[in-house]
Amino acid sequence: MSSRSIKVDMVARVEGEGALDIEMDGNEIRHVHLKIFEPPRFFEAFLQGRHYSEVSDIVARICGICPVAYQMSAVHAFEKLFEVKLDPQVRKLRRLLYCGEWIESHALHIYMLHAPDFLGFDSALEISKTAPEVVKRGLKLKKVGDAILETIGGRAIHPVSLCVGGFTRVPKKEVLAELLGDLYWARDAAVETVHWVAGLDFPDFSQSYTFMSLKHEDEYPFNEGDIFVSGAEDDAQIPVTDYEAHFEESHVAHSNALQCHYHSKPYLTGPLSRLNNNRDNLHPLSSSTLDVTGLKLPLNNPFHGIVARSVEMLEAIEEAIDIIEAYDPPAKPVAEYEVREGSCMAATEAPRGVLYHRYRVNAEGLIEEAKIVPPTSQNQSRIEEDIRMLLPSIIDENDEKIAHECERVIRCYDPCISCATHFLKLSVTRN
Amino acid sequence: MATSDMTVSKKIKPRLAVFKFASCDGCQLSILSLDEDLLILDQAVDIAYFPEASSKMQEGPYDVTLVEGSISTPEHLHQIAEIREQSKILITIGACATAGGLQALRNFADADHFTEVVYAHPEYIESLSTSTPISEHVKVDFELWGCPIDKLQLKQLLSDLLAGVTPRFPGQSLCQECKRKSEVCVLVSGGEPCLGPVTRTGCGAICPSMGKPCYGCFGPADLSFPNDREQANAASLAERFATELKMSEDEIRRRFHLIYSYMSPFKEIGDADKKGGGNN
Repeated sequence: MSSRSIKVDMVARVEGEGALDIEMDGNEIRHVHLKIFEPPRFFEAFLQGRHYSEVSDIVARICGICPVAYQMSAVHAFEKLFEVKLDPQVRKLRRLLYCGEWIESHALHIYMLHAPDFLGFDSALEISKTAPEVVKRGLKLKKVGDAILETIGGRAIHPVSLCVGGFTRVPKKEVLAELLGDLYWARDAAVETVHWVAGLDFPDFSQSYTFMSLKHEDEYPFNEGDIFVSGAEDDAQIPVTDYEAHFEESHVAHSNALQCHYHSKPYLTGPLSRLNNNRDNLHPLSSSTLDVTGLKLPLNNPFHGIVARSVEMLEAIEEAIDIIEAYDPPAKPVAEYEVREGSCMAATEAPRGVLYHRYRVNAEGLIEEAKIVPPTSQNQSRIEEDIRMLLPSIIDENDEKIAHECERVIRCYDPCISCATHFLKLSVTRN
Repeated sequence: MATSDMTVSKKIKPRLAVFKFASCDGCQLSILSLDEDLLILDQAVDIAYFPEASSKMQEGPYDVTLVEGSISTPEHLHQIAEIREQSKILITIGACATAGGLQALRNFADADHFTEVVYAHPEYIESLSTSTPISEHVKVDFELWGCPIDKLQLKQLLSDLLAGVTPRFPGQSLCQECKRKSEVCVLVSGGEPCLGPVTRTGCGAICPSMGKPCYGCFGPADLSFPNDREQANAASLAERFATELKMSEDEIRRRFHLIYSYMSPFKEIGDADKKGGGNN
C-alpha cells in the first residue's frame, strides 16, 4: 500500500500556532496529529511564589483574546478559599464584563476567522471587497464588546480592574448607560447575524459528541455553575471541585499542550455544548431567533458552531442590556475578607469553553501550586477525532483539498492555541 | 532611536507582514481591533502575511514587518534571522518582542527550578532556557512598547510609516500623564506601590484611574531621550517602597519583575541577591 502524508504547516485564522499532520497507508489512517507548536511559556512555574493578588494580572497574559476568562477563573477560586461574600451588584458587573469578552471574541471568530470558510474567501478583508456592509457589521459588533471591557476594565486587552473581592473601581451608572445606544444597535445586528450564518452552506457532518459545559439553575452560564455532561455519555452533573476526578490530562509527543479526556474519551466544550446544555436559560429573543433558523437541538454538527456562537453573542448582548438597565453601583467595590491557606478551584466559561483553575495558597497568601486547564486543550483530542471521521469521505480528493477541509474542521472549534500551550510544565534545553 | 531608513514606497502598495513568536496574541489582535480603520489599512497596504487574519500567506520580501512575541525556542533563532532578511523595516510590537515579556521571568530562574517542575515527557518539548527580545538577535528598526500595545499608538505608527515620517513616541514617565488627568496619586496619597514614576507613558494611566497602582506593563521610562530630562530611577523607588511602605525585598522584587523583568533598570531590582539568579 502506498503511504500518503498530508500536512498543514500553519493553520490559518486561529489564535496561536498549530499545524496538522496526517499519515495514511492507502486508505488506512495511521495517525492524525493536531500539532501545537506554539512555544510553552511556563506559567505554572511563574505563579509559584507569587501573591494571590498578582495572579489575575499574570494569567491574563496567557491569552490576549480571552484575558477576562483567565482573570475570572482565578479570582473566583481565591474567593471560594477566602469565603468572600460578593455584593450582588459586583456579581452583576462581573457578568457584564464577561459579556463584553464574549461579544468581542465571538464577533471576531464569526466574522473575521470563520465566515471566510463558508464564503470561499481567504480572509474577512477579501469579503469586504464584495460585501463591505457585512464585514463592517462584524467589526462594529466587536467594537461594542470592546467598549464594555474598556468601560469596566480600562482596556479591552488585559483589563485591569478585576480583583479578589470585587473591582478596584466600579463605573458610575451614567457611564455604563452610555453603552446602551450601541448595545440596542448590536441586538438587532446580532439577530441579523444569526439569520445570516444560519443561511450558510453547512457540510453534512453530524457526530456523536459528549457535550461538556457549565450549567446554572437560572442563568446562561458565565461565572458559575456545576459541570454538566450530556450527549454520547449519560447525563452527569459534576461539582467543579470534582473536575479532576472525571477529566484527566495526558501528554502526547506531538503537542506542546496536554490533551484531556472524560472517562478516557474525547469530549467537546464551547458554544455548541453550552447551547445544547443550557437552552432553557436563553433570553426569549435568543431562543426565538434560534427557533427561526429551524435548527433542532442538540446541535451535532461542528460546522453549526458558528450558529451557536451567534446565538450566544445575541444572548450576551441581551444580558448586557439587562444588567446596565438595572445597574445600581455597589456601595463598596471590594468586599472585605481574610486570607486563608488551602487549595481552591474554579471553572468559568471562556468564549471557547470551560476554563478550570486550581491553586494551593499558603498562610501568607503566596501560591505554592497552580494548575490551569484551558478549553482548547480539552477540545484537542476531539478535533483529531473529527478529522479521523471526516477523512474517509474525502480520501479520493487531492492532498491540497484534504488539507483545506481538515483546516475547516479545526476552525469550527475557534481553537486558541496560545492558551492551550501555556500551562504545560516541561524541561529546558540549555544553550 | 530610529536611525535606519524608515521610508516606504509611495508608488506601489507596501507589503505588510505580521509574525508571531512566544506571546498571547494580544498585540496582533490590536490590529484586528482597529475597527473600520482595518479596512482603510487594507486599502493602503498589501497585507501579504498575517496568518491570524488570512489563509493567504505570501512569501517575502516585505516592506514593513510587525513582530509579536519573544525568542524562546531553538527554531525561533533561525526564523527571526530569515524574517530580518526578508524585511525592509522590522518593528517589534509589545512587551514580549521588545523585552522578552512576562515569560522572561524564566531568565532569572536556575536550571534546578525547572527540573523540579518537569512534567510527564520533557523529551517531547524543545525550549530555550531564556526568553529574549527580538533586538538581542537581529536589528530592529522601531519598537512599540506595552502589554498590550496601545491601539492609538499602533495607528499612529502605521500612519507615520505611510506618510514617510519617522515614528517617535514620548518616553517620559506615567506620572506626567496621570497628573494631566488629575488622578489622585496612588503612591503619595494612597500609600500603594505604584510604578508610575519609573514606567513609560502610553497606556493612558489606566491603573491609577481605576484606583490601582501601576504595575509597569509599558516598561521602564525611556532613558534614551536626554531632552526629556528624566531618568527612570527604579532603585530609588524601590528604596522608597522599602522605607515608607515597609515592603519586603521579595515583595519589591516581584513588583518590578513582572511584565518587563528583563529590561534595565527593572531587571536589576532584587536580582543581585537572588540565589542562582541569572544576571544576564
